[in-house]
Amino acid sequence: MAATAPLPLPASGPVARPAAARLAEFVFRRGEPMIWLTGAGLAVSLLLIFGLLGLVAWKGLGFFWPRPLVRIETTDGRKVLGEILSTEKMPPEEGKVAGSRIRVKIGNRDLNGLDFRWIPLVDITRREVPKDALLLERQEYGNFHGFLKEIRQNGEVIASGDREGLAILAGLQQELRSRFEDLSEKERTEVGAINALLEKERLRLRKAELRGAPDLASVRVSTEARITELNKQYESERERIETSRREVSATSAVFADAAGRDKTVLLRDIVRIVRTNDLGPAGKASVYLSRIWEFVSGEPRESNTEGGIFPAIFGTVLMVVMMSLVSVPFGVVAALYLREYAVQGRAVRLVRIAVNNLAGVPSIVFGIFGLGFFVYGIGSQIDRLFYPEALPTPTYGTGGILWCALTLALLTVPVVVVATEEALAAVPGGMRHASLALGATRWQTVRRVVLPAAAPGILTGLILAMARGTGEVAPLMIVGVVKLAPTLPADGIFPFLHLDRKIMHLGFHLYDVGFQSPNVEAAIPMVYSTTILLLLIVVALNLTAILVRNALRRRLHSAAF
Amino acid sequence: MQQPTLASAVDSPAAGTGAPSDTAASGTAPIIEVKSFNLFYGEKQALFDITMSCKPSAVTALIGPSGCGKSTLLRCFNRMNDLIDGVTIDGTIRIHGTDINARGVDVTAIRKRFGMVFQKSNPFPKSVFENVVYGLRIQGTSNRAVLAEACERSLTAAALWDEVKDRLDDSALGLSGGQMQRLCIARAIAVEPEILLMDEPCSALDPIATAKVEELIFDLKTRYTIVIVTHNMQQAARVSDETGFFMLGKLIEFGKTDTIFTKPTQKTTEDYITGRFG
Repeated sequence: MAATAPLPLPASGPVARPAAARLAEFVFRRGEPMIWLTGAGLAVSLLLIFGLLGLVAWKGLGFFWPRPLVRIETTDGRKVLGEILSTEKMPPEEGKVAGSRIRVKIGNRDLNGLDFRWIPLVDITRREVPKDALLLERQEYGNFHGFLKEIRQNGEVIASGDREGLAILAGLQQELRSRFEDLSEKERTEVGAINALLEKERLRLRKAELRGAPDLASVRVSTEARITELNKQYESERERIETSRREVSATSAVFADAAGRDKTVLLRDIVRIVRTNDLGPAGKASVYLSRIWEFVSGEPRESNTEGGIFPAIFGTVLMVVMMSLVSVPFGVVAALYLREYAVQGRAVRLVRIAVNNLAGVPSIVFGIFGLGFFVYGIGSQIDRLFYPEALPTPTYGTGGILWCALTLALLTVPVVVVATEEALAAVPGGMRHASLALGATRWQTVRRVVLPAAAPGILTGLILAMARGTGEVAPLMIVGVVKLAPTLPADGIFPFLHLDRKIMHLGFHLYDVGFQSPNVEAAIPMVYSTTILLLLIVVALNLTAILVRNALRRRLHSAAF
Repeated sequence: MQQPTLASAVDSPAAGTGAPSDTAASGTAPIIEVKSFNLFYGEKQALFDITMSCKPSAVTALIGPSGCGKSTLLRCFNRMNDLIDGVTIDGTIRIHGTDINARGVDVTAIRKRFGMVFQKSNPFPKSVFENVVYGLRIQGTSNRAVLAEACERSLTAAALWDEVKDRLDDSALGLSGGQMQRLCIARAIAVEPEILLMDEPCSALDPIATAKVEELIFDLKTRYTIVIVTHNMQQAARVSDETGFFMLGKLIEFGKTDTIFTKPTQKTTEDYITGRFG
C-alpha cells in the first residue's frame, strides 16, 4: 500500500468491512466497552455491598424504634393490642378472595401462647390507638401489651390505673428494677467469690488426698474448718440478699390485656415501661437510645432473643485480640525465616505453596484439629498434670477461650505469613546491603531496617487476620464457643483472665438466634442487629490497625505497600 | 578527623598469614592487595586472574565497559559477594596483609573497616540523623552526645550539613537524589572506615550533584583510601591517582591515571578511552 494514498472514507469504500470486524475493532482496539464493563463490574459490587449493609442497618437499627400499639377488633369478636409489623399479600386459598393481611406482634406470650398473629384486613372491624396503652419489656415471657389496672404493695392497693397510677408506675419500676439488678450483680460477685473460695478449699483437700500427704488429717481438719466458716458466710450473705429481694418483690402491678384478662407482674421483673402511643419524637428517641444501650451493654434474656449481647461482644473481641497476639508473632517469625534467612530454592518454594494452601483449608478442619490436638491432647494433659484434683471435671480438657484463640491463630497464621512475606519482599535490597556493608549482622539488619520498613505491610496482615478471625464461626463451635456462657472470660476474681472459660461469640450468636431459636419470628430483628454490630466490631478493629499503620507510614515516609 | 593508623588495622586475628614485610616498611605500602584472584558465578567465570594493589590515601579508579567485573571486584573487597548464592573464589585479597577470605575471619569486622557507597542511593527509612549514626549504633554507641558529634562531623565532611542541619529529624526519604547520595557517603564515613568503596556513586545524579560528589571525593582522599568504580572516564581522569582498566573479567592495564589516559600500553585501553571501542 502506498504510504501517500489518502485514507478511504467509510462510506466511499467500494466494499464495507464485515460488521464483525468493525465490532471487534470497536471493542478491542478502541477498548471503550471494556472500560464500561469494568466500571459496571465495580458498580454492581458496590451496589451489592451497600445494599446489603443498608438492608441490615435498616432492619437491625429500625427494630429499636418504638412503634404504636394498635387495638384491633375482628369480626369474630376478638380483641388484640399489638404492633403492626408488616402488611403482606395472602396466599390465595380456595373459595376465598385473595387479599392482604397484617402481621401483628401481640406479645403476652404467657396469655396468648404466641407472640405474633396474622390478621386478614377484611376481618378487621375496628382499629384504634389508645393513649394509655403500655408496652412492658419483661424479664421473662417477652413483651406485655396492656393497660394498668392497679399497683399493689404487700397485697394492698396503693394506686389505681388512672392518671395518678401511671405517673408513679414508671418511677417505682425504675427504682425497683435497678435495686433488683444491683442485687443480682451482688449475688454474682460476692456470693460468686465465696463460691470460688469454697471450690478452692475443696480442691485443696482433694489434692492432699490424691498426693497422700502425711499430714492429711490435719489438712482435712483445717480445710473443713475453713469450709464451715465459708459456708456460714455464704448463708449470711444469701440471707441478706434474700431479705432485700423480698423487699424488692413486694410491689407488683396488675395489668389488663386487650381482651380484659388480668395479669399480675412484679415491678422488679419489668425491664422497661414504654407508653409508646403517648410519646413525642424526643421521648421515642430516648426509648430508642436506651434500647440500643441495653442491646450493646446488657445480658441476653429469653434464650438470647431479647436483651443485650454484651457477653458475645466481649468474648469476640477478647478472643480476636488473643488470637492476634499468637498469630502475628508466629507468622512474622516464619515469614522472616522464609524471606530473609532460608536459601531460596525448591524447598522454600514448596513451603510457600503449602502455606498458601493452608489458608484455603476449610475452617471446620481447623476446628476438628483444634478439638483433637488442643482440647483432647494438650488440654487433657494439662488437666492431668496441673488440675488432677478437679478431675473428672475437665478444666482445660474442654473447650475454652484459650483453645478458641489458638485454633483461630492456626487458621490465620498463613494470612499473616503471606502478607509479611510480601511486605519483606517490598523492602528494597539496597537497604539491606547498605546495612550489611556497615558491618551489621543479618539480625541487626532485620531488626533495625527491614522490620521497621515492613511494619505497615505486617499490619495489613494483622488486619486481614483479624477480619478473618472475627467472622469465623464453624471451628469455634467445637472448641469452646457456647450459646450462653454464665460468666465472662475476664472478671475481678483472681487470676482475672480465665483462659479455660467458655465464651459467647457474635458469629455463633447469629447462627443460634437465627436458626436454633425456639421463637424464630421474635428473633429475626435480633439477627439483623447482631449482624450490624459484628460488622461494626470488624470495622472498629480494622480501623484501629489502619490508624496505627498510617501513623507508621507517616513516620517511615515510604509510599510502598 | 583522624586517619586510621596502620597499626590499628593489622591487629586482626587472621593477620600474619604472610604480610609482605618489605613493603610494609615503606610509607606507600599498598592497603589492598589482590593476587591471582578468580571469581565464578556458578559455572561462569567473572574475574580472571586479577593482580593489583591500592595505595593508602589515594583514589583508585576501576573503569571498563558494563559487565567487565569491576563492580564484582569492588564487592569482593568487603565480601559483599557473600550475599549472592553460588559465588566461588580463588586467589587472595589482603587488606593490610590480612587475607580477608581466610577461614575464621569475622565478616562483619571486615565490613566495618570499609565504607561503601552504592550506585543507587539507599538511605534507610529513618530520620537523617538516624541514617548517619546507623553504623555507630550497630557498633554499640548510644551516647547521644557522641552520636550528635559524629553526625555533624560526617555531614560536614559530606558537604551536606548546611543543607540538612535544620531537618535532622525528618525522614531521609524526603531529601533530593543528590542529597540522598551525599547522605549515604556521610553514613559510610561516620564510622571512620579505612577504605571507602564507591560503586558508580554518580551514575544516577545530575551534573551539578555529580560535581559536588566529585569535589567531595577530592576532599576525602586526604583521609581515606578510596576505590571508585565508574563508567565516566572524565570522572576517573579527574579524581583518581591510579586507574585499572577491565575488559571481560580481565584486568587489561593498571597504572598511574596520567599514564593510562595519555600513554596506555595496551591497544584495547587506548581504543576504550578514546571512544573508538567497537
